[in-house]
Amino acid sequence: MTQLMGYRRFDGSVGVRNHLLVLAPIDCSYEPAKKIAAQVDGAIAVTQYHGCGKDPVLVHNLVGTGLNPNVAAILVLGLGCETLTVDTVADGIRPSGKPVETLVIQQEGGTLKTQEKAVRILQRWAQEVAQLKPEPFPLSKLTLAVECGGSDATSGLAANPAVGVACDRLIDEGGTVIFSEPQEMIGTQHILARRAANNRVASDIYTMIDQDEERLKAIGVDSRWMSAGNIGGGLTTIEEKSLGAIRKGGTRPIQGVLQNNWDRFDRPDGPGLWLQDGTGWDVPSVTHMVAAGAQIVCFTSGQGSTTGHAIAPVIKITGNPVTYKQMEDNMDINAGTILDGSESLNSVGQRIYETIIDTANGKKTKAEALEYRDYIVFCRSRAAEHLLGHC
Amino acid sequence: MVKKAIQIDEKDNVATTTEEVDTGEQVEVISPDGKVILRPKVTEPIPFGHKLAIKPIKNGDNIVKYGEVIGVSTQPIKAGAWVNTHNVGSARMPTKGKEEGIL
Repeated sequence: MTQLMGYRRFDGSVGVRNHLLVLAPIDCSYEPAKKIAAQVDGAIAVTQYHGCGKDPVLVHNLVGTGLNPNVAAILVLGLGCETLTVDTVADGIRPSGKPVETLVIQQEGGTLKTQEKAVRILQRWAQEVAQLKPEPFPLSKLTLAVECGGSDATSGLAANPAVGVACDRLIDEGGTVIFSEPQEMIGTQHILARRAANNRVASDIYTMIDQDEERLKAIGVDSRWMSAGNIGGGLTTIEEKSLGAIRKGGTRPIQGVLQNNWDRFDRPDGPGLWLQDGTGWDVPSVTHMVAAGAQIVCFTSGQGSTTGHAIAPVIKITGNPVTYKQMEDNMDINAGTILDGSESLNSVGQRIYETIIDTANGKKTKAEALEYRDYIVFCRSRAAEHLLGHC
Repeated sequence: MVKKAIQIDEKDNVATTTEEVDTGEQVEVISPDGKVILRPKVTEPIPFGHKLAIKPIKNGDNIVKYGEVIGVSTQPIKAGAWVNTHNVGSARMPTKGKEEGIL
């Protein structure tokens, strides 16, 4: 049984990192938030770019980021006149038992006074967090998110199936995996539904993917149409194309569809494989899965990617050996060894699994070492969803 | 070095080439475990990333990749032959679980 070392939080979850989060619920306070975070070891600032509203999707995802076990303490920094108040966000995070403080720039008398107070709070937390002792924990406390971006012909052939092997092993040892991007599941509704743990989950899978087809149809896109480029590249049917993407989640039964909408924001309530309703845009997709509790991310990219995440290590894997050579500063794992037969699919999968464990135990990913901290919350147009009859 | 084709799932009856293969060339088909399971001599050029049959496939048989049905053959396909839209049609893509007997 694989054991990991991590930081136990008050709510029973386990962090593999100890970030201090400076959370700006509105972009108006983000510039000062970045200046504050830059002054303290381990502090990271995030915000959202959907303007001054109180959209529940934004609240769920910002609160979820604060609740993620990789975050040790949270300072919510507001301007003062925003609709989404610091208290709304802080109150959502407080039940976790983590240290949460709020500061409001208009009340403190400007950014410099706020900054002094904020840095003192974070300085104290940085000292306290450094004393936390890692403890052993079982894989049942680990949630992995899987994502792809910048795919090429090697993605469905090498990187995605190899990550799928790692996901299967993680789940067999009691872990949890989340994958998303329903747009890339079009044409595989029936295949995914057959893997559903029960009828309700099967029905949720149909609804989630059908709705994405309807969104595309509304803008005149027939999502089941295969382009000449697809076929010339060797993809014969839409099922094959989508399976190449969903194989990165492995082959285990699907426990449920995690809703991410105005009414609900779900987290996995048990181990195994979960789907999350979301977007095909990679950084927000990762952000939402991390907000649902994922501590580590596996990201496949045929053409190469630079992406990291604000609070979760992102392990990047390419199935293209040329990309690995060209982008070795950014890509963590070369799955291109499958192509020349020098390594089997299953053995690359084991190597990815071991990297996940090493990363959980503290090894920094290439994006972490370079301090790449991508963070974007995505929000669908509520008006469009209403017109489509989705809400 | 002998050119390779990868079987992604043990249930698959097709494998994917890792480089372009010419007529008359032999290909090693590698299983997920890394074993060479077949050494067909191809009878037509197969581009990189395309599929070849690794078992004889009858007209109307399912084409299986990733352990799942990706389409149905529209003619008999010999082991080692190129597999694409010229000999495979999309399986009827069901849109509702009821059609498939899932829901």
